[in-house]
Amino acid sequence: MKVEGQDWFYSKTVKEHFMKPKNFLNDLKEVKGFNGYGKTGNMKCGDVMEMWIKVADGRIKGCKWRTFGCASAIASTSILSEMVTEKGGMKIEDALKITGKEIMERLGGLPAVKVHCSVLGDQALREAIKDYEKKQSNKKTKQNK
Amino acid sequence: MKKPKEIYLDYSATTPVREEVLKEALPYFSEKFGNPSSFHSRGLEAKNAIESARKRIAKILNCEAEEIIFCGSGTESINLAIKGIAFRELAKGKRGHFITQKTEHEAVLKTMDWLKRIGFEITYLNVDENGLIDLGELTRSIKEDTLLVSIMYANNEVGTIQPIKEIAEICHKKNTLLHTDACQASEYLDLNVKKLGADLMTLNGSKVYSFKGTGLLYKRKEIEIEALIHGGGQESGARSGTENVPGIVALAKALEIAEWEKKKEAKRITALRDYFIKRVEKEIPKAKLNGHRTKRLPNNVNFSFEGIEGESLILYMNEEGVRLSTGSACSSKSLDPSHVLTAMGIDHGTAHGSIRFSLGKETTKKELDFVIGKLKEKVEFLRRISPVWKKGKGVRKK
Repeated sequence: MKVEGQDWFYSKTVKEHFMKPKNFLNDLKEVKGFNGYGKTGNMKCGDVMEMWIKVADGRIKGCKWRTFGCASAIASTSILSEMVTEKGGMKIEDALKITGKEIMERLGGLPAVKVHCSVLGDQALREAIKDYEKKQSNKKTKQNK
Repeated sequence: MKKPKEIYLDYSATTPVREEVLKEALPYFSEKFGNPSSFHSRGLEAKNAIESARKRIAKILNCEAEEIIFCGSGTESINLAIKGIAFRELAKGKRGHFITQKTEHEAVLKTMDWLKRIGFEITYLNVDENGLIDLGELTRSIKEDTLLVSIMYANNEVGTIQPIKEIAEICHKKNTLLHTDACQASEYLDLNVKKLGADLMTLNGSKVYSFKGTGLLYKRKEIEIEALIHGGGQESGARSGTENVPGIVALAKALEIAEWEKKKEAKRITALRDYFIKRVEKEIPKAKLNGHRTKRLPNNVNFSFEGIEGESLILYMNEEGVRLSTGSACSSKSLDPSHVLTAMGIDHGTAHGSIRFSLGKETTKKELDFVIGKLKEKVEFLRRISPVWKKGKGVRKK
């Protein structure tokens, strides 16, 4: 794969998303009304990601995140939040299919050593969707009672 | 404040070549280009340059000229010291025991690891939370067949200065030899080998405002070592290959200047270092100083900023023109954070957030003020987007 922007350590896209990350959580107030939350990674490996999603009509309308990690970890979460919310929001069944590889391709590639550790966003997203679905089924059970 | 063009705070990685050093070495590239081994005037001219450089350096180290072996880098010098002794034993069909410690440079550690693989016994001494070895553990570890103890003078990441004189005394009392890697120490600390008591000592050019790819090994003349590079027998057979004449001339000049300026510059840099440490500790919450507070290289500052990852911080600082380095795994080839910090008992999370600021001859207070300003801003931002950081509370352990 061709890696663009060799005047920096990562691709041009990684640099853009690292220098000016999108949709990161500034304040917990911003996720009021969000209905899915997921977390992945650990401090030992040096990467931890948190993701909040807002699902409505089966689509992801809002996505906020927080990341502890290197430039590629921050950039990959940032671009993922963009991927799932653009064009009116991604359907949750499609969002569940996003792979680390797709995130990486959209970033314009990553150095091999980084792929494994820094692309955790898809896992955090799946956790958030699972959390959303759990909450929905809990609601239904409550209603049925 | 106006954005400066560049603030280089990575002098422990390498230094720029001093103008005076370059000037002294330049004639030996194209004009006085002879091969020191040649039997004609050009050869003699080059040979004289090397021998004069050797004498000048011997004066600084307080040793004899013949005790200096020029080679290609600090790493090569370390390899020559350790493997040189190991190969001497191997040639006699013998092996033996080496001692080192866990925060050494990879040049020492990987050499020892390899010797272990081929049947030598290696002891890796522990360090305390400040990076100092335990002299009692050292004493207890020396055995009858201990061929060499290799302990660095000052650490490249956290700047901790080991008590070389006391270590040498222990080694000699127990009848073994001491090699010290003095690459980081050469600009600021005493290099008098008689005072230090080191039997072998490594220096290089790239840390003393001289050329990369140059180094030397001081070796007490009574000690026998086997060469690693065989050939034309240069450097009394210890290191074959046509000598790097300009590099050798440059190294002599650079070490001389360092020696002249040592006292004054160490004082100036120490004051800047302490000013920087004090302000960071006061102005950035949960910034942990790594390394010893006083037994520390004058130019080394190493902080861990809890809740953030070092590579992100150095890349943000890089965009502001500030050049730093980190002990985070993300900037290394492996996925483990700095072996130095982990040996000091620092947890992975904190080690990932470590940043080294190494000061140098161009460093000013004004530069440091700019760096602190930017550091506050970037650390604050990275903590804001960090899931492990809780404002006012620090790092969430769970």
